[in-house]
Amino acid sequence: MSVEELTVATIFIENQPRQANPKQNLLHACLSLGYDVPYFCWHPALGSVGACRQCAVKQFRDERDAKGKLVMACMTPAAEGTRISISDSDAASFRAAVIQGLMQSHPHDCPVCDEGGECHLQDMTVMTGHRLRTYSFGKRTFRNQYLGPLVNHEMNRCIQCQRCVRFYREYAGGQDLNAFHLRNSIYYGRHEDGVLESEFSGNLVEICPTGVFTDATLKQHYTRKWDLQMAPSICVHCSLGCNTSVGERYGTLRRVVNRYNHEVNGYFLCDRGRFGYEFVESPARIRHPLVDGKAATKSEALERFGTLLREGNAIGIGSPRASLESNFALRTLVGPERFYAGIPKGELQLLNSMLRILRQGPARSPSLDEIEHCDAVFVLGEDLTNTAPIMALRLRQSVRQAPMRIADGLHIPDWLDHAVRGAVQDAKGPLFVASPYATKLDEIATATCRAAPDDLARLAFAVAHVIDPSAPPLAGASKDEEEMACKIAKALLEAERPLVVSGTSCMNQSMVEAAAQVAWALCKAGRPAALSYTAAECNNFGLSLLEPRPLSEAFRAIKDNPETTLIVLENDLARRSPADEVDSLLRDVRHLVALDHLGNATTEAAELVLPAGTFAESDGTLVNSEGRAQRYFQVFDPSSEVQSSWRWLAEGAAAAGLEDQVLGHSLDQLTAVMSDVMPELRTLPSVAPPRSAAGKIAREPIRYSGRTAMLANISVHEPKPPDDPDSALAFSMESGPGVVPPALRPFFWAPGWNSVQSVNKFQDEIGGPLRGHDPGVRLIELSSRPNWKYFSVIPPAFAPQPDSWLLVPIFHIFGSEELSRHAPGISQLVSQPYLAVNPIEASLLGVKAGEQLKVLIEESQYELEVVLRADLPRGIAGLHAAGPPLDGITLPVYCRLAAVGSELSARGAQ
Amino acid sequence: MERPLTKNFRPDKKAVSLADYERSGGYEGLRKALRMAPADVTEQVKRSKLRGRGGAGFPTGMKWSFVPMGKEAPHPKYLVANADEMEPGTFKDRALMERDPHQLIEGMIVAAYAIEADIGYIFLRGEYECSHERLARAIAEAHERNYLGQNILGSGYSFELHLHASAGRYICGEETALLNALEGKRAHPRTKPPFPQVSGLWGKPTIVQNVETLCNVHHIVNHGPEWFLGLSLTEDGGTKLYGVSGKVKRPGLWELPMGTPMREIIDDYAGGMRDGLCFRGALPGGASTDFMVEEHLDTPMDYDHVQKAGSRLGTGTMVVLDDQTCPVGMVWNLEHFFAQESCGWCTPCWSGLSWTEKILLAMEEGKGSANDLETLKFQTMFLAPGNTFCAFAPGAVEPLQSALKYFADDFRRHIEEHRCPWRS
Repeated sequence: MSVEELTVATIFIENQPRQANPKQNLLHACLSLGYDVPYFCWHPALGSVGACRQCAVKQFRDERDAKGKLVMACMTPAAEGTRISISDSDAASFRAAVIQGLMQSHPHDCPVCDEGGECHLQDMTVMTGHRLRTYSFGKRTFRNQYLGPLVNHEMNRCIQCQRCVRFYREYAGGQDLNAFHLRNSIYYGRHEDGVLESEFSGNLVEICPTGVFTDATLKQHYTRKWDLQMAPSICVHCSLGCNTSVGERYGTLRRVVNRYNHEVNGYFLCDRGRFGYEFVESPARIRHPLVDGKAATKSEALERFGTLLREGNAIGIGSPRASLESNFALRTLVGPERFYAGIPKGELQLLNSMLRILRQGPARSPSLDEIEHCDAVFVLGEDLTNTAPIMALRLRQSVRQAPMRIADGLHIPDWLDHAVRGAVQDAKGPLFVASPYATKLDEIATATCRAAPDDLARLAFAVAHVIDPSAPPLAGASKDEEEMACKIAKALLEAERPLVVSGTSCMNQSMVEAAAQVAWALCKAGRPAALSYTAAECNNFGLSLLEPRPLSEAFRAIKDNPETTLIVLENDLARRSPADEVDSLLRDVRHLVALDHLGNATTEAAELVLPAGTFAESDGTLVNSEGRAQRYFQVFDPSSEVQSSWRWLAEGAAAAGLEDQVLGHSLDQLTAVMSDVMPELRTLPSVAPPRSAAGKIAREPIRYSGRTAMLANISVHEPKPPDDPDSALAFSMESGPGVVPPALRPFFWAPGWNSVQSVNKFQDEIGGPLRGHDPGVRLIELSSRPNWKYFSVIPPAFAPQPDSWLLVPIFHIFGSEELSRHAPGISQLVSQPYLAVNPIEASLLGVKAGEQLKVLIEESQYELEVVLRADLPRGIAGLHAAGPPLDGITLPVYCRLAAVGSELSARGAQ
Repeated sequence: MERPLTKNFRPDKKAVSLADYERSGGYEGLRKALRMAPADVTEQVKRSKLRGRGGAGFPTGMKWSFVPMGKEAPHPKYLVANADEMEPGTFKDRALMERDPHQLIEGMIVAAYAIEADIGYIFLRGEYECSHERLARAIAEAHERNYLGQNILGSGYSFELHLHASAGRYICGEETALLNALEGKRAHPRTKPPFPQVSGLWGKPTIVQNVETLCNVHHIVNHGPEWFLGLSLTEDGGTKLYGVSGKVKRPGLWELPMGTPMREIIDDYAGGMRDGLCFRGALPGGASTDFMVEEHLDTPMDYDHVQKAGSRLGTGTMVVLDDQTCPVGMVWNLEHFFAQESCGWCTPCWSGLSWTEKILLAMEEGKGSANDLETLKFQTMFLAPGNTFCAFAPGAVEPLQSALKYFADDFRRHIEEHRCPWRS
């Protein structure tokens, strides 16, 4: 959708003049103005197709025209002078008649349907006033399909609005969901039962206006929306920081839905973010403190912690998935010189480079919304569909930008979706994907390049040089490299909003620099390029802002002086370092304190384990890959021993009598200190309004039931709702007066709008920014005095080694991320670890697909299943780690390979 | 009486051979057209007042005038023959294609030339296997003689023609649903604007035209618009293939001057009703038109006169209702067809037609009620033009709305007597 608002049109609704965007349609205009017009098939992200006929209004030629005619609001431009009536009786009875038609075959499932209570069909039925059913014949029925563990199928409820296939196929590029059959029995499903292949299939549960597609994980522990206690949260499963709304009841987390943020996720989540939450309820959760391996009370634990801290000589290892506050609390507790990054040295170096690059300029870090509107994109070294899925979804829309001119030329408005797609056909804007292995975005790419990471960096340096000859040239470039570089450079130069994307996936410093080089060259050539870096986890950037020291130095410090208390914050060291190094460290260190959610190798070795709150049980701030600081708020009331890590650390410091290291007893006190101490965090307190500034905000909807009965088994006296010392959010149904600021809004709801469509009421323009402003504060901005120069070190071309392979990671949306693996639904979809090689090399090694391969990395040997991938360049092997200890292998590294049963000598391995 | 469309038809119903076709003046129209400017061909067609014979009756020349022309126009441009004849009661295009396939081909080449189209498709109803075979052979023959292909007859104009058999479903006869089907997509219609002339097949300028319409085009160029106008009895130009089915003595198909009165066609050509039966009414142009009754028998059968009589000329193939056949049963038969063929895209059509046919069946079985009659009336208004996404549903309820008006008594009897009075 184009974003310009160049002119304003005056339209007449019920004879009242109103302002509208003439580039939009009447439905968008009416909804933006706050009128209640019912609709189904239209969606702000999908545009208009005119199928359901629900949004009918009466249009008049002029003031004298008393008869008028019915038009569909979604299909009519909001042109200057348009005159309509919504309340016209013909229009109102037509809209009721459409509901009557939809209800002919709709089953009377409301009491047993998961959608009930947040069902768009319910809302629209009530809105149109249709009540009495006179249809007396049979209803058509269907057999449902198994679509996987994440999405449930109940086709009898379908109203044929087409939204599911339009989202799945047209918007998200999926291919295995389609419409079958016709008339009143269209079937939306797969050609056969099976797991939906799209990484965005979970959005079907929100896109579907009825209960055809529902959350299969919620179904296992179902609760009505109105019975959920909810909180505004942030997804913790990748670096994009999509905003979510999480809901709990009876102390268990039930589900995650999208929380609209125009700048970040918009209307959609990926399946990992939507369904990964169940790790919070995993049996592997640490729910009580453990002292010397045995369950202990909070006071026992704090006593031990105090004792250890008083001994002194404590060092801390932070976490890229823990909040800024928790990391900072640890840093303060041990001192900045003894605070270490909980990520390998190489990764920290990459992140520090990225921060420097994004600050010294001139290329800006874009929001995901800006990314969607870029009209030429160069992706360097990233498999975004698996590492930053929603960015991949945005890029699928970005390739529609440039071809919009075809539709513009034919005067087709961009919201008339099928007409636009018909005029544009297969034309796509420029997208270049350069990666070591084939990625799903390749299918929409203009051109792809498959090469080793150093060669991908070289390509990017070549592109920069073509764009700006004053950038260092690529010596010894091959003819193919030059051709490809020219092609990419040309496309980026001709664009109005070019974008370069890279990240830490390949663990390659040159690649990060080369991406910057391209963006800078574009800026120098007068093209305001955006530069986006993705990271592996939800707070890599936040952690780096705290200037931790490299992890390797922590290992050395302990080796040098084992009489140390090591405090590990929300981190499994087995994922960060090779197994032998981790084993020695855990053996050597005198005292180990671990704070974490799930049991792992580190917590098992710890003398003191403190149950750290997940996003559901704590408040904290995460910095996403855009550099946007966003806050999540706990949804569970604080009745258990699980609490925020920063609170544990503060209480530990207090128990040890270290008053200087106690930063405050509430989140607001802590963030105030942080903003004083660290200049980069100056704006941290403004990420969300402090507790005092906002009135009480209910976490529970006004229809929340069972409040008095819930705890009656404990006491019949209704207890006072627990206090929330960290935010204005209340563990109750009671809200103060006043508008809820978007950053604190736990869920969207408005009278008559119980479904996810209620977000309409909180936008000034439907599909635009939230009223107030979209949550989050950018922390990484270009300095006012850009200070950069081109990188001059270009790596030599990659040379495949005779008998060793360079390992690159292969990512899977399900399996590569630590926490979501523990969700039962997702765990059914993860693949086992494997090593991928080119078929030619496999045959040279004498292995076939599915057989086992011996892999020798430095001194360690592993056995892995072989997967053949013809897209892998020679000399490159792809590792899908799927968990420790393989996660802990520090990349980049070379490995030796041999078929099981043949000799693999350690001599000569690098 | 001149019968340009059927003059070559053989009594043995075999296809006219290329040699015979050429001997009787075939491809002369093409030769003439190639010596004119494309815009002049369109001008001739405009002046001839040829109107679309697929059912809508839109002026053909005007339709073509919206196609972008000249050097700046997008290419390739397409000409599509809508040969997906599936309207119940309609069999005129089948006759044209089976019996004189070269006529359609020549008409297409001239029409394509007029709009500077590069590629043509005949979108043929899949069940018309005989037409398929004969058209395929004729296309190959035309290719060999360089009437098709590159540099036609040395004119510099090139045109490729492909024959495509539809995979089924009536909605493919709707021109934009046809385009979707041709593109390999689900066959539901598209919204207009944008019109196919602007964004049609694969987003390129496209004209979709009925078979009978196209068969007239080269005759117009060959003999001139005045000649064409002279063939007709009324304002519209040309002849019309009229058909009659139902319990008449001689059901059939005849090429007659446009505007021939209905009575003449039924009585003189179809021999009138069978002995013992009386005329009750007729659908003038296939299933999706309103009934005309006794009082309308003298109506000249052209677009405007039939519209004034409250119906539509449609395809001009009449379905006659006699006085011993149950009108409710007949309407049920038609609504059953339409309910079955609804593409499912828009709510009023897929829900309304299904409910409608269920009610009519219930009535036939003696289970109808007065409320049902209200519902039927309601559906005819609910499924009005503009309320639905395309013209399919409004057409589908035309026989029903007119039956409710003219045969109200029959409906009432079904309800009050709890049976179909026509069944013994």
